[in-house]
Amino acid sequence: MTKVLVVDDSNSIRDMVSFTLKSAGFETVEARDGQDGLNKAHTSTFDLVISDVNMPIMDGITLCQELRKLSNFKFTPILMLTTESSGDMKMRGKAAGATGWLVKPFNPEKLLATIKRVVR
Amino acid sequence: MSIDLTQFIPSFLEESFEGLELMESSLLNLEQGDDETINSIFRAAHSIKGGAGTFGFQNVTEFTHLVETLLDEMRDGRRKIAQEDVELLLGSVDCMRLLIEAIRDETECDEDKIAVNAALLEKTLATSNNDITEATSTTPIEETPESTSDTASWQIEFIPDHHLVQTGNDPLLLFNALADLGDITLVANAKELPALNEMDAEELYLSWLLTLKSSASEDEIKEVFEWVEDECLLILTKEEQSEPEITTVDEPEITPADEPEITPADKPSSAQVTEQPDKSETLVTEPEKVISKPQSSASSATEKTTAKAKNDLGSIRVGVDKVDSLINLVGELVITQSMLTELGNDFDLSKIERLNSGLEQLLQNTKELQESVMRIRMLPISFAFNRFPRLVHDLAIKTGKEVELVLNGEQTELDKTVMEQIGDPLVHLVRNAVDHGIESAEVRLANGKPQKGTIMLDAYHQGGSIVIEIKDDGGGINREAVFNKALEKGIVDENTTLSDSQVFDLLFEPGFSTATEVSDISGRGVGMDVVKKNIQSLGGRIQVESEQGKGSTFRVNLPLTLAILDGQLVRVGSETYIIPLITIVESLQPQKELINRVSGDMVLYRLREDNVPVIPIYQLFNIPSEFENIESSLLVVVEAEGQKIGLMVDDLLAQQQVVIKSLNDNYQQVEGVSGATILGDGSVAMILDIAGIINMALTKAQNNQRYKSINQPQVGQLVSEGVNL
Repeated sequence: MTKVLVVDDSNSIRDMVSFTLKSAGFETVEARDGQDGLNKAHTSTFDLVISDVNMPIMDGITLCQELRKLSNFKFTPILMLTTESSGDMKMRGKAAGATGWLVKPFNPEKLLATIKRVVR
Repeated sequence: MSIDLTQFIPSFLEESFEGLELMESSLLNLEQGDDETINSIFRAAHSIKGGAGTFGFQNVTEFTHLVETLLDEMRDGRRKIAQEDVELLLGSVDCMRLLIEAIRDETECDEDKIAVNAALLEKTLATSNNDITEATSTTPIEETPESTSDTASWQIEFIPDHHLVQTGNDPLLLFNALADLGDITLVANAKELPALNEMDAEELYLSWLLTLKSSASEDEIKEVFEWVEDECLLILTKEEQSEPEITTVDEPEITPADEPEITPADKPSSAQVTEQPDKSETLVTEPEKVISKPQSSASSATEKTTAKAKNDLGSIRVGVDKVDSLINLVGELVITQSMLTELGNDFDLSKIERLNSGLEQLLQNTKELQESVMRIRMLPISFAFNRFPRLVHDLAIKTGKEVELVLNGEQTELDKTVMEQIGDPLVHLVRNAVDHGIESAEVRLANGKPQKGTIMLDAYHQGGSIVIEIKDDGGGINREAVFNKALEKGIVDENTTLSDSQVFDLLFEPGFSTATEVSDISGRGVGMDVVKKNIQSLGGRIQVESEQGKGSTFRVNLPLTLAILDGQLVRVGSETYIIPLITIVESLQPQKELINRVSGDMVLYRLREDNVPVIPIYQLFNIPSEFENIESSLLVVVEAEGQKIGLMVDDLLAQQQVVIKSLNDNYQQVEGVSGATILGDGSVAMILDIAGIINMALTKAQNNQRYKSINQPQVGQLVSEGVNL
């Protein structure tokens, strides 16, 4: 089963993403912030990481950089959830090693369609 | 697949309110150069905006976007933190709260207020920077790219960088996405593939030539490659066109979101702004246009939400540790249960010791489980306290006084229901403290006090209850003024001598106000009598201490929870009654020389300096009792509303926690009884309503005096067996 790490400090967004993924047959693990996500990444492997950018303690960009340092996350797709549609945030995400991004607001259909582009 | 997003709305609302509270309290403490605080305010606004957008609350998104933009400027130093901006942001937080409350309550909010605030924000944003266009146009817009119905044939040359797969992108998936747009054929080019011994398994050496037959627009095709655009060379050729377009990183227009003005289905709000030649001027000189925008979107969003289910389900957020401890305890309970089952299988007297220890363990488990479950309903009192910094800040500005608020014991935990109901009385008390307690700076200085007044809110546990203190270092309560007012109102007569605390208690009489004029802040709406009534309905009490010139302390004593009560079991005849422990002053064996009989049947018992009326419970409920004379009975002295009485009972039984069952729900309201409970042996016991009994007794005493009647009216017989709970 495809296992996804969902990192967002907002309960509602995290719940929504996680619920959508579970409904589509994915297995999910949730994390509240970048640090929490990184801790979970240390103890398990994932087929996909979906992370918010703006979070307390550790933001999504740092999380992405840290994940890419781990050997088992070298090729793992990492999607950033961003509210900014500006090129700057996307560039920063890419520079940190993110695979792609999903601009908020998004709906469950858009989320699944986007995931299809990074997970077989 | 369709997913019902409404199920996430309660959690969105909850975290939004939390975010707003955080924004408010952080704004109140915001100082120049405090990056961490401004960052956390920004983050809260950002989260609310993101959630609102996702769950379809466009009006919240649009309004919050303005707030976020202003915060962003403060965050990255483009804008200095000015007090008027902080005030504007505080007002904006109020507006956001209105908007979100409207979603929760499925009502319309005060759109004018929102619009005025939005206009102010836009004006502020326009005055100091040139980014206004960027700020307005980045409002999330649903993309509807132009699509042509004609099928075209596209040649796509895709030459990825060698490290493309190292960011998690997969060419195969990109091609799958392309295949969704139409028919594709692809030819792989392996020219660059090195010899096996030189090949790096983590690199990608292939390139592809694709042919796509599709009605999709160029933008749609480019969107497929959006994530890899700077890691590949992409050459896109439409068969009819001879000129190929080479896409490189530096062409921002390939991201449609950056160019809202070319999107045909553009939203009117951004079109409104972009069609003006000078945007910032437009916003300042034509406020009515700007104002009309949030209004229309607000009403449309409200229409959208009306169909949604009621969102406030009264949820509670529980720490994982609390749930873990519950699971742990249930585990232990199961072990104890299986041990007892096993013991019962083949029981003989030799096992009695093990049975006892098993039951002991069960008792311990149950007690811990109960405490754990109760803890789930407990929230730190900071939930009730955190509105006060803002309240005091606003009140201080309004009254022109200088007030500092000190909060203590914010982590003290209190039942959620009690917390919700204590909020308003506390607000009233704090308002009074600012309005009537703290003096103006001049008066304070003249009296040799620090210019700035202090109000202290303190919460702590004391026994089985929680104490909340509202303390000010203001002028104190004028004893004379209170007494004279009471005289005027006919509450006391001239010859009455009252202790200080009795005088201050007069403040809680209905219709009592010593304020010479009703001010804007307090002195209207709910009075202190309502405050007291609310506190009493929670099973609590309020006391006042005050010293003229030094300040006042209002002390609110509340039970930790409403579901469970610490009770003293007493026996009258064959009945067991429960007296709330919080009301008991002391229990004693009456001494003959201290008993005084006065007119009628009233018996007074001398308890130190007080004369306490004695109420025999058997008479009150008209039931047979073991002892009818006071000397052989026991006296439980209880206090409510500052009045002491002695309850005459046959025997004192155990003290224990009892679960309160409502009589109203299961039977009907009974005078002198606040509820009932089921005891360990399965019998039902009534919980006495001490305040009610005192009122009954006082009324009866008055009637006796008035009519000099010897026959005492008695309440209807109440025997618990008849009540079916």
